[in-house]
This record gives sequence, C-alpha cells and structure tokens, in this order.
Amino acid sequence: MEKLKSSLPNMLLSLTVICMSAGAILAGVNRYTSEPIAWSKAAALEAAIKQVTPDFDNNPIRDAYKAVTSDGDSLLIYPAVKDGKQVGVAVDSNTKNGFNGEIKIIVGFDAEGILVNYAVLQHAETPGLGAKMQEWFRTEKNNQSVIGKSLAQKSLSVTKDGGDIDAITASTITSRAFLHAINRAYSACKGTAPDSATGATRSTDKKKGESHE
Amino acid sequence: MNKIKILTNGIIKENPIFVLLLGMCPTLGTTSSAVNGMGMGLATTFVLVCSNMAISALKNLIPDQVRIPGYIVVIATFVTAVQMCMEAFIPALYASLGLFIPLIVVNCIVLGRAEAFAAKNGIVSSLFDGLGIGLGFTLALTLLGTVRELLGTGKFFGFSILPEEYGALIFVLAPGAFIVLGFLIALVNKLRKA
Repeated sequence: MEKLKSSLPNMLLSLTVICMSAGAILAGVNRYTSEPIAWSKAAALEAAIKQVTPDFDNNPIRDAYKAVTSDGDSLLIYPAVKDGKQVGVAVDSNTKNGFNGEIKIIVGFDAEGILVNYAVLQHAETPGLGAKMQEWFRTEKNNQSVIGKSLAQKSLSVTKDGGDIDAITASTITSRAFLHAINRAYSACKGTAPDSATGATRSTDKKKGESHE
Repeated sequence: MNKIKILTNGIIKENPIFVLLLGMCPTLGTTSSAVNGMGMGLATTFVLVCSNMAISALKNLIPDQVRIPGYIVVIATFVTAVQMCMEAFIPALYASLGLFIPLIVVNCIVLGRAEAFAAKNGIVSSLFDGLGIGLGFTLALTLLGTVRELLGTGKFFGFSILPEEYGALIFVLAPGAFIVLGFLIALVNKLRKA
C-alpha cells in the first residue's frame, strides 16, 4: 500500500482515527482494571486499619468521619468499635514536611490515647535513609519506638529537639516529619474527643436502633 | 536483516543505555534497587514491543507531516494501559515506580525506535527490534540497580548479603547513580573494544 500523502484531509482523518481508537482501547482497559484497582486500594486500607487498631467488629471505612487538627486542617478518622464500645481510632494522617514531599501514614490510638501502631501508606523518602521509618519507629531499641507512647502530656519530638524519640540516623528531617504526622493525627482525634465519643455512641445507637427495627 | 541479529543488536551493539546513552532520566531515577530497575525495564520493554508493532503496521496510514503526534498517541495509549494494569495487579511495584511509569511516554528510546526502525521495517522485524532494545534496557537497568543496591545497602534483590552498616549511602542517592553509570559505561566500552 502506498504511503498516504500529507494533505490536510489525510492528516485530519489519520489523527482522528488514531485518537478515537486510542480512546476506545483505554476505555476498555479502564473498565477491565477499575474494579481490581478500587478493590486493592480498599484491601490495603483495611489491612492498614487492622494493623494499627485493637480488635474491632464494625466497618471503620463505612463509619469514617472527618476531624479538625490543631492547625486547621482536617483528617479522616476510622473509629474501631467492638461490642458497641469505641476501643480505638485509626487516623489517616499526612505531612508535607518530608525530605521528598508528602508522607502519608495511618496511626492507631486506643481508647486511652496510647499509640498502638502505625503504617506508612505513601512516601517518597530516600531508600536506605528516610525510608527506614517503616520499621524504625516500631523497633524496640534505645528510644526508637513510638509504640505505646502516650501523647496526652506532650507531643512527640526527636531528641535533637528536646524530645525523647531517637531520630533515624542521618534522616532527622524525615524523622521530624514522621513525628509531625503522628502529632497531627493525635490532635485530630483528641481535638474532637468529646465529639468523637458522642459520634461513636450515636453511630452505635443508630445501629442498635436499626437492629430494633 | 536476520531476526536474531536484530535482537542482539539492541542488547549489545546498540544497547540504549551503555552505547546510545538514551533515556537517562528513568535510568538514573528508578535504579535505586535491582527490583525497581527490572520493573521499569520490563514495563518499557512491553511498551516498546507494542508500540513498535503498532507503528510498523500503521506506518503507511500516517502521513509524514503528522507522524510524531500520531506515534506519541500510540505510545501514550500503551503506557496508560500498562500503568492501569500495574496499579490493578501489582500495586506494590506501582507504588515504588510511581511517577516514572507515565514518563515512559516521553522516553526518547521508545520514540527513537519508532522513528528509526518501526517506520521503515516490517511488523515482525519491529517486534524483534523492540524486544532487543527493551531487553538491553532492562539488562542495563537491572545491572545498575544491582550494583547500587549492593554498594548502598548491602542487599542483593532485597536479600541482605552484607550488614547494612557497610553500605555507602551515596550509591542509593542520585550522585551514586551517575558514578555507577559512568563506571559501567567505561567497563562496557572496554569489553566491546576487546
């Protein structure tokens, strides 16, 4: 077949057909992959919530609500309820102070405000340095671990800043950012503590009401 | 040209990284570990093979004056499809390669092969050319990632070989990428001359 001449109708027709078929192909791929993508995201979130909160029997993702932090931002809180009592919360927190942009973590607190566990959802920190935060802050070594700390008296900070958490070696910026995200999470779940308590009872009341009906 | 020759041409004689020095941005950016380098290489290989075949099949239907936009749309389609499939089925790798997958669209290797080879040759030859160049790219990225990972963190494909304290962190960072790449290019040049 001869190569098409570069005349205006030819060029228009050729590009139009290419773009239309590209659009059709992508629409097909999107239809095929959108469900697995949503499913794997939800599964990852649910696994993270399970990891950071005490045992629960509600659906935290369905019961999620927004809470305001001390710096005016708002974070998503997933309440963990067992037998109608709130046993803890998982807070979807983030900070923009990371060495390479935003860090997203999920932090779990129990009913007394003790930090249960955390999981790093997304980060772009340096591999081998800041990226160690995934394990560093739950390792029981010197003063590394933040697990079991209570933030009620004072917020967490690294030893360099007068706090009592050891920063990751050679990654003080990441460590500060990480603790900043945790402090934000705590301020969100504490700032709305009275609200969240009533919110929780309200939601359980509603559930009870539904079961009565 | 012999098909095997086309294949090895891309892997050795015209290796895109070590000989042609194309596509340096993803090369330096994604090779902080061997697995990342290999994932990036394989994603690019898939795009290269598909786009080479599609462009070779369409070459007479695309008028010369609009060939670049035409090629780019074809390439972008495959890249987006790869991105969606990765996000759906291997989210862990997708999370670590992140930004670099969409950037395959503007990877000069892909457009370069479309211009230099697929637009002039048949579908089967283009397939082998895409495969060869892609494997050469994957091989180079995996090698670079392996060396950086080993020197930087003491790991080999994620398995600890040396204690982490022996790792020189600079090799995981950007300067290490340049240093290792320079030495590997020198080594490949030496071997090619010998």
